[in-house]
Parts: sequence; structure tokens; C-alpha cells
Amino acid sequence: MADTITTGDYIKHHLTNMTFGQRADGSWGLAHSTEEASQMGFWAIHVDTMFWSIFLGGLFVLIFHRAARSATAGVPGGLQNFVEWVIDFINENVRGSFSAKNDIVAPMALTIFIWVFLMNLMDLVPVDLIPLAVGWLGALLFDVDPHHVYWKVVPTTDPNATFGMSIGVFLLIIYYSIKNKGMGGFIGELTGMPFEAKNPLMKVIFFPVNLLLEGVNLIAKPLSLSLRLFGNLYAGEMIFILIALMYSGGVILGVFGGALQFVWAVFHILVITLQAFIFMVLTIVYLDMAHQEHH
Amino acid sequence: MNINVTLIAQLIAFAFFVWFTKKFVWTFIMNALEERKQKIADGLAAAERGVREQELAEQRAKERLEEARGKAGEILAQAQKRADEIVDEAKSDARGEGQRLLHAARAEIDQEMTQTREQLRGEVVKLALLGAEQVLQREVDVNVHNESLQKVAAQL
Repeated sequence: MADTITTGDYIKHHLTNMTFGQRADGSWGLAHSTEEASQMGFWAIHVDTMFWSIFLGGLFVLIFHRAARSATAGVPGGLQNFVEWVIDFINENVRGSFSAKNDIVAPMALTIFIWVFLMNLMDLVPVDLIPLAVGWLGALLFDVDPHHVYWKVVPTTDPNATFGMSIGVFLLIIYYSIKNKGMGGFIGELTGMPFEAKNPLMKVIFFPVNLLLEGVNLIAKPLSLSLRLFGNLYAGEMIFILIALMYSGGVILGVFGGALQFVWAVFHILVITLQAFIFMVLTIVYLDMAHQEHH
Repeated sequence: MNINVTLIAQLIAFAFFVWFTKKFVWTFIMNALEERKQKIADGLAAAERGVREQELAEQRAKERLEEARGKAGEILAQAQKRADEIVDEAKSDARGEGQRLLHAARAEIDQEMTQTREQLRGEVVKLALLGAEQVLQREVDVNVHNESLQKVAAQL
């Protein structure tokens, strides 16, 4: 098996999602190649990304809900203690950076932090393990060539997932900006700054410049949120894949690769936590800015 | 790395998880935390109140003790006084009784003396009459000379 696929194929295989959509011949089904997946266009869905993100998100809400449902004011048990510790940590962060009053920000910060962390955590699972298992299952249950079963394990290496979240945050930013500042205030903020003028003529001249600058500023928020997370995790995943390539290079290279994988995984623990934390903190900060009259 | 409908699905999933967390996780935990905070604050306040109450009780007990001590002294003094009074009374009673007994004895002695004297007087008269009869034989009639003899007897 290993000798039939090239290094490029191996990497490509690892970076392709299991895509369900309309094939070129008009039938609906899973894409059998990377090219076919990209030809499916917009009306296709990444089964693996959806599965892992919903599975991990469901795990998160179930565990936390279980702890919350039985939460008492008395002496907390192990799970409740852990959940309370996490929530206290989030709450402190929200209180530190968010000055307005809004009930949705803290739960959203909690969701982002834990969900992103769990999705990132999948990066630490050896890169071939789950895709191999899924390929084997696919061959067993659906009689398909395991080479054509694509399965990406880390949802946050799929820009759809990161953009999905950041666009959610972006919609809330716009919603709260308009709600707190009014439509006029929001547009004023977009067009009346950073170049201010008393003169109406100058105002008109500054209008497009300001709109361009503030527009970029506004659009940069969701872009930076999602691309930062995606980029970090994608790069991390790529390095894991490259390290995994060393296993086919003989015993010495394989042992060296194992050591490297361990080191990178340890380092990556920091990265995945940090990325989840950054996403959360920036969300809080952006929403705080949406609540401020002038910044 | 294709942007497709997954994005919208992820957006919906994200919204759902946020909603679920807000509705079924955050509120419960926050309530529990708030409740516990209140409980701890109440407990601390109660402890403080307890300490203060104990101090108060100690002070009260001390006051009571002092009061009791004072009362006991008072009662002791009163009892002493009463005992003295009783002893005095008894003394005076005894003295009175003694006096009374003495008087009674004296009276009885006097009475007995008088009685004895009367008896003796009667005997003497009888003896005198007997003697006189012997002397005068029949010359003295008891009936005739009784008056004079009575006079003599009275003078004895």
C-alpha cells in the first residue's frame, strides 16, 4: 500500500475532507478524489468536519449540562468542581475585558473556549490513526477503496469551521453595534473616523477614505479570528503529517520521527490551548468594542 | 479547503451550542456559585454573631454570679440576725418562765405553810381543850365556853 502512493498523495489525502455533494455526472454522493471534492462547489458538505465538531460540541454541552443540572451550593463533587473552575476562569476573563452588560457574552466565551479546545485537541491524536480506522470501516461496510475515503479529524483545520464561528461572532458584533449605537451611530463610526472634520465639504471628502479604513478594520475582525485559528492548526497538522512521513523512511528515521512527534505534540498542547484562549478573548474584546459608544 | 455549505452548518451548530450553554449550563452553574457565595457569607456572619453572643453570655453569667454572691451574703447576714434574735427571744422567754415557776413554787409553799399552820392551830386547840377538860373535869362545858375558846384559838 505504502509503495503505491507518493508523498504528495499522502499529504493530499490527509488534507482532503470527506465531502458529500453533487458529482460531475449529476449524482449525489461522497467525492472520490480531491479534485472531485473541489468541483462540487458550494452545495457540498464536509461530513468529517460536521461529525467531529458536533460530536465534540455535543460532548462538551452534555458533560457541562450534567454538571450544571446537579450543581448544588453545597460541597461540589469532582465534575462540578472542574466545571466551576472552568466557568470561574471564563467569567473572570469576561469581567476583565467586557465592561457592558450582556448575558450572551460569557456563555459564548465558554462555548468557544471549550469547543475550540476540544476540536484542536483532536490534532494530538496520531494523524493516521482515525483516518485509517475510518478507511478500514469504509472498505468493510461500503466496499470502497480505503484510498478514496477521506477523513480529516481536526475540524479547526477546515476553514469552514473557523469561519462558521467567526462569522457568528461577526454577526453579533454588527447586531450589538447597531443595537447600542443605533444605525446612525454605527454608520457614523464607519465613516466619521479616523479622519474627522467640521467642514461639510471635507466630511464628504473624508467619507470614502474613512469607510475604506474602518471597513477593513471591521472585516479584519472575523477574518483574523478564523484565519489565525485555521492557520495555526493547519500548520500544526501539516507538521504532524510531515513527521508521519518519516515512519516510511526506515527504522532510524522512524525512531527519530517518533521522538519529533512527541516533542511537537507537547509543544502543540500549548498551541491548541493558546489558540482557543485567543479566539475567546478576542471575541470578548470585539463584542466589548461593539458596546462602547466611542473607542 | 473548499468553502461550502459546511460553513453555514457550522454557523448553525455554533449558534446552537452557544444557546444551549447559555440556557442549560451557564445559568445553573452561576446560580449554584451565587448561592454558595451567599451561604458562605451567611455562615461567616453567623459565626461572628455566635462569637459575639458567647461574649455577651459570658458577661451575663459573670453578672449573675456577682449578683448571686451578693444575695448570698445578704441572706447569710439576715440569717445571722434572725438567729441572734431567736436566741435573745429564747433567753428572755426562759428567764420569764423561770420567774413564773419561782413565783408558782413560792405561792405553793406559802399555801402549804398556811394550811399547815391552820392544821396545827386546830390540833393545838383540841389539845388545849383536852388539857382544860382534864383540869377542870366537868366544869368546862364545851358548848358554854366554846366562844371564849374560839377566841383563844384565833390568837394562837
